[in-house]
Amino acid sequence: MNSKTLPYLLLAPATVFLAVFFVWPFLQIAYLAFTTEGGFTLQHFETMAGNWKFWPTFWNTIILAAIVVPLQLVMALTMAQVVAKLNTARNTILYIFTIPLGLSDLAAGIIWLAIFEQSGFLNSMLVGLGVVERPILFLGYQNLWVIFVAVILAELWRATAIVMVILVSGMGLIPKEYYEAAEVFGAGPWQRFVKVTLPMLRPSIQTALILRTIAAFEVFAVVVALGGTTLPVLVGETFNWQFALQDRSVAAAYALVILAISIAATLVFLRLLRTPKGATV
Amino acid sequence: MSAAAADRPRAVSDIGAAGKFLFWAGVVLLCAWVLVPIYLLVVNTLSSTAEVTAFPKTGIPSFDLGSIQFFLSFQGVLKALWNSLLVAVLTMVLSIAIGAPAGYALSRFEFPGKATFRMLVLMTRAFPLPLLALPIAVMFIRVGLDDTPVGLALVHTTLAIPFSVLITFSIFSGIPLELEEAAWTLGCNRLQAFGKVVLPLVLPGITASAIFAFTISWNEVFAASVLTVQNRTLTAFLLQSLSVSPLHLRFAGGAALVIPALIFIFAVRKYMFAMWGIANR
Amino acid sequence: MAEIQIKGVGKSFGSFTALHSIDLTIADQEFMVLLGASGCGKTTLLRIIAGLESPTRGEVWIGGKRVDQLPPRDRGIAMVFQNYAVFPHLTVYENIAFGLRMKKLPQPEVDTRVRRTAELMHIEQLLKRYSGQLSGGQRQRVAVARALAMEPDVILMDEPLSNLDALLRLEMRAELKGVLANSKTTTIYVTHDQVEAMSLADRISVMNGGRIVQAASPVEVYRNPAARFVGSFIGNPPMNFLPAEKHGDGRYHVAGLSLAGPPGAAQKLEFAIRPEDLAIAPGGLKAIARVIEPLGAHTLVTSEVGGALFRAVLDSDIRIAPGDELSLVPKPDRIRWFDPETSSALKAVP
Repeated sequence: MNSKTLPYLLLAPATVFLAVFFVWPFLQIAYLAFTTEGGFTLQHFETMAGNWKFWPTFWNTIILAAIVVPLQLVMALTMAQVVAKLNTARNTILYIFTIPLGLSDLAAGIIWLAIFEQSGFLNSMLVGLGVVERPILFLGYQNLWVIFVAVILAELWRATAIVMVILVSGMGLIPKEYYEAAEVFGAGPWQRFVKVTLPMLRPSIQTALILRTIAAFEVFAVVVALGGTTLPVLVGETFNWQFALQDRSVAAAYALVILAISIAATLVFLRLLRTPKGATV
Repeated sequence: MSAAAADRPRAVSDIGAAGKFLFWAGVVLLCAWVLVPIYLLVVNTLSSTAEVTAFPKTGIPSFDLGSIQFFLSFQGVLKALWNSLLVAVLTMVLSIAIGAPAGYALSRFEFPGKATFRMLVLMTRAFPLPLLALPIAVMFIRVGLDDTPVGLALVHTTLAIPFSVLITFSIFSGIPLELEEAAWTLGCNRLQAFGKVVLPLVLPGITASAIFAFTISWNEVFAASVLTVQNRTLTAFLLQSLSVSPLHLRFAGGAALVIPALIFIFAVRKYMFAMWGIANR
Repeated sequence: MAEIQIKGVGKSFGSFTALHSIDLTIADQEFMVLLGASGCGKTTLLRIIAGLESPTRGEVWIGGKRVDQLPPRDRGIAMVFQNYAVFPHLTVYENIAFGLRMKKLPQPEVDTRVRRTAELMHIEQLLKRYSGQLSGGQRQRVAVARALAMEPDVILMDEPLSNLDALLRLEMRAELKGVLANSKTTTIYVTHDQVEAMSLADRISVMNGGRIVQAASPVEVYRNPAARFVGSFIGNPPMNFLPAEKHGDGRYHVAGLSLAGPPGAAQKLEFAIRPEDLAIAPGGLKAIARVIEPLGAHTLVTSEVGGALFRAVLDSDIRIAPGDELSLVPKPDRIRWFDPETSSALKAVP
């Protein structure tokens, strides 16, 4: 084993693995979505888009992401700033903030179900405070917007931690001298945040936004736990077509739609938040 | 003049005290936002089955093990727990066995194709990976891996490999090459130097990233639901029975998902930021 | 017996040539210093000798055995690294014993050697500690002890003192010199610090741009630089250079002064003199003082001669001010001449 061939030997297992379980399946999906009996077709996309559920599903997913991700960024920035200011109990509070990072979306859905279900804690509190007389059925189809709000809260609760972790590690890379310099030149705390922290944090913000937006397009278990099929989302419909409707081609078309919006979002963030060459620490 | 000067410090300290109070109130609020939902899940889990559906709720657990007993004796639960554990352990072993050599190669060698491999790994981020399960399900039926823990572990390994490659890359990069070179000059061959010098130093970090892989598998819902029928994991089992199972089963199941994850996040908390700080570059 | 022979060793990284065909012989028990600025190829050469890098072409022989295709462990060398490379997960004792255990020496022998080298490096009271509990200087001692315990034919040192603070560096330098002289090993020592090189070396190889410009004793390198580069790199402040033009019988005009040059040399030469080889006396080079820096024992005067920068190290008794005109007389036997075309030195005036 010399140092010419060794790196390739070490990379071989991972490369083979990614080829078999990542590249190949996606070619399969594309093939399934665009062919019928061996010939090219757009028929599956037409079936998909022609179904009355497609557009509500599509917009539900997009709107959820559009609300959740920006809120998460603001919350995570706040948490990261709070952590940066802490001296006492910093590690404990940091740990508490990162707890949801390890939880599955299904668990998060079930946790918020405990709050929002008809005999749940929210109703208990509202009745206890005398705001309402009888418990409300929050998660029924009549109250679609409540399901929406519940999903948003559950997603905010579960997945803000990852944004915060990325931002906190990004802030750790910003030398303290920049803040001191800004202070010497008369910048207040808010100005320091806007003029120093945010621009220097740009690469971390970019990573966090890409990661979170893609994950938001994949929202699934939270929605199922809180609303069953009342609030359809793209991954849920993919699942539905694969199993309930037994049409793998349309499911593949759905998968490609999710892939397309994921790549589009990635490109937008790469372009919007690009760091000029040579402007890094 | 002198009166103003004497007054000023007190005014400043008053504002400081008020600000400090607001700050800590904010910290407490943020911690409560994270912890209270988990607490409520625990309350439901530690209540009798009747209490879970009762109304209104007190928010104080009765420490009745009825829900847990019901959950554990429910048809298929123990098997699902066992499957989850099996798949997660397999994923952990596979993702380190495959990912760590690649991480080592990336950190130690310069070679043609390195950039391409990095791109392949980073590209997986822009793809909604769980959807891979759809074509893989077909592939598995052909090779007889359908509905097996091994098959699901392979897919979960695909989810975990990008992380394990990048995380082990950053861990190996933290070990100076000079230490290995010193071992070579002191009579070691490459493998001996790795075993005697590098391995003892990276072991904690590798363990942390293995635990990370474990939680990725433990929490995964979509691929597990697609790929297993008889051998369901806990997440797949819970998702499948969400619409039909009683509330106390869901809450106990949610708790069963959450508790190992909490322990693991606690175990790797020290590495969380180091791992993310570099892995997201 | 471990003579080291380097025959036509070259190293390229892609289109960049780090080393051009190096030929060098280092005698048994010699202390050879590779001296040069960063990027000159000195560390690459050392790493090729160690076997940590392989040469693009050429051969390396140690003790009469060709080693350039052998892994480091089979070359009979030990190495001390710039960042010490003390294994953080092992105690000082186990660090020093590391190589001996790899050789599968019996425990009593290991113990004897560890204790002996630890005593030699004055770290016997640190044997139970880990590197995290040691200071930089102590880690350096461990690294040297670890190398010595191997009782190697050759010790290679890569800027071992550059991470220590100035005072400690001075102390360690003297200590290293004593220990290595007693160990009877051949030593190759890489540094960018010329004072370190001067004080330690039997011979210095001055390197520049991937070539050895001069390999000679410290005094020789200082007094008779083989090339303009050596003169300008070694010495602080460096050598002064002025253009010289021939006028008639072996005499050269240097900034208006007529000096006897080497016989039969070219029309245009470069005159060189060390700053401390100048004295204030009538009939010398006309200089206008620009900056006066008293340094205690001496005064450094930066002046202008014929439009060029010119430094003189003078006795600190002299009283001059910026703008003063001086007459600087070079010591005749210390004048050196360089060929401006090849920038190599001409033979000293007979």
